[in-house]
Amino acid sequence: MKLIIFAGPPTCGKTTVIRQVVRRIIKKNFKPAYLKIDVLYADEDEQLKREFNIPTKKIYSGELCPDHCNVVVLDEVVEWAEQKGADFLFVETAGLCLRCSPYIENSLGIVVLEATSGMNLPRKIGPMLTLADISVITKIDLVSQAEREVFRYRILEAAKEITVVESNALYGIGIDPIVRDILKSKDIEHPMFLKGNPPVGTCTICVGKKEIGAKNHFGVLRTMENDLFYVGE
Amino acid sequence: MEIAKITVIGGIGKDGQPEKVKRFDLKMGDIISIVGPTGCGKTTLINDIELFANNNTPSERRILINDEPIPDDFSFDPSKHPIALISQHTNFLSDLPVGEFLKIHAKIRGSDSAELMIEETLDFANQLTGEAIIRETAMTELSGGQTRSLLIADAVIIGNSPIILLDEIENAGIHRTKALKLLKKYEKIFVFVTHDPRIALLSDFRIIMKNGAMQKMITTNAEEKVAAIGLKKIDDVMLEFRKLIRAGEEITDSIFAEQIEDLAASYKIYLKRRKS
Ligand SMILES: Nc1nc2c(ncn2[C@@H]2O[C@H](COP(=O)(O)OP(=O)(O)OP(=O)(O)O)[C@@H](O)[C@H]2O)c(=O)[nH]1
Ligand SMILES: Nc1ncnc2c1ncn2[C@@H]1O[C@H](COP(=O)(O)OP(=O)(O)OP(=O)(O)O)[C@@H](O)[C@H]1O
Ligand SMILES: [Mg+2]
Ligand SMILES: [Mg+2]
Ligand SMILES: [Zn+2]
Ligand SMILES: [Zn+2]
Repeated sequence: MKLIIFAGPPTCGKTTVIRQVVRRIIKKNFKPAYLKIDVLYADEDEQLKREFNIPTKKIYSGELCPDHCNVVVLDEVVEWAEQKGADFLFVETAGLCLRCSPYIENSLGIVVLEATSGMNLPRKIGPMLTLADISVITKIDLVSQAEREVFRYRILEAAKEITVVESNALYGIGIDPIVRDILKSKDIEHPMFLKGNPPVGTCTICVGKKEIGAKNHFGVLRTMENDLFYVGE
Repeated sequence: MEIAKITVIGGIGKDGQPEKVKRFDLKMGDIISIVGPTGCGKTTLINDIELFANNNTPSERRILINDEPIPDDFSFDPSKHPIALISQHTNFLSDLPVGEFLKIHAKIRGSDSAELMIEETLDFANQLTGEAIIRETAMTELSGGQTRSLLIADAVIIGNSPIILLDEIENAGIHRTKALKLLKKYEKIFVFVTHDPRIALLSDFRIIMKNGAMQKMITTNAEEKVAAIGLKKIDDVMLEFRKLIRAGEEITDSIFAEQIEDLAASYKIYLKRRKS
């Protein structure tokens, strides 16, 4: 089975892209499965199940940041998808943390960014972009060609090796090259490893400690003037 | 890739029936128009051209470059994309100042004289707008007409695209006559989607559309070219009225009569010239 992880800011078009991809994968007689990880609310699993009659699942990360949640649950989800006889597991994650990336070594990581999000976005989102294999730019139908060029340039500035695909996902334009790369991607290798370096230490903020100020937390910390330091065992 | 010719091969209309126009060619220097009622598929046709459709859009049209289809897995680096599409709806979303944005765009396009290009672009755009565009203005603050003018100028000068598709520029309130005159100086393929008879008659030929399909192709003949000059006169009169109204004048009987008599006089000259 192949694992493909889609990350990207809220409402950037992840589900719309996945829907187009799933349609084409089914046409080629493969069986996809789908997982959505979100913080509080998601209904894409029901939509996709209804639309394509494929195994789908959702997990609410709740207190955890979605990407951390992904790290802890993914092995079980892979097992579930394999039991369902899937050839492809598509994971859609809300990717809100911006410090960690959800991608897995040797599996395809796809970041979805909307062309309408402003020229500085590629400079702001860190590993979610730099560790991805493909960057899909959606909503190209809504911006001028000149701005598209600048947006793409800014993506390549942040992630030099990334493959950029421009898409009007509503009409399925620009989806075929993504499908080609998905078909070419490698099968899951066990054990799975997170791509790149996970966010430093144990994040007490991610697990819900609300107090402001380094003195209230442990793990890898910093103060305004000082570099990172470690508190804990 | 050097583009000498683009060919549009007809597909099907909204009713699934084959298009009456089976194919047409666009060669460097051509100016053509796409006309037809609202919703008939004009925008869809130029979108097909921009995408180099290859039987993969609802219209099933195919686009050939120099008689060859574009291979399926071929994708342009957008900074080398030979087609610029100025669409009906696009607005700038970036809040960069105009000057800075143009500078980045010129750099991406590999220009080594960015400053000159920015000047030329702004100069071009400002000939089409009422109020001049200032470098320091954020792009999102530009008006609809200013935006459209800058998009056109950027595509022609910084983008230097050999093929430019313009969707209903007349609706943006920019100076059409000037635009056509300026654009004609550049050796490119221009495709206008338009409801404006003047633009249609100044084209080399026009495609008439209905129900999603290309119905007919009409080459502008000598008679129509003369009519186009007459239409310009009518257009000028309309522009004169617009100018007066914009300037806060009242349109009195005598002002109206003066303009119409002017028009009648030119028509007489025109008839005399036709006879000789
Ligand atoms: N115009 C246009 N709209 C798009 C495009 N792609 C997605 N949309 C629209 O953008 C909205 C959000 O798309 P989704 O696919 O739900 O986005 P998402 O990233 O899955 O959103 P969340 O999962 O809620 O974070 C929907 O209304 C889509 O129809 C595109 O290429 N062009
Ligand atoms: N050949 C075709 N096959 C199927 N659908 C089509 C075809 N041509 C156009 N359509 C559909 O018809 C609708 C209207 O088309 P389009 O927007 O291109 O019209 P238009 O002529 O540009 O209208 P307007 O003058 O209002 O801009 C769109 O939804 C488009 O997808
Ligand atoms: Mg979604
Ligand atoms: Mg239109
Ligand atoms: Zn995190
Ligand atoms: Zn955290």
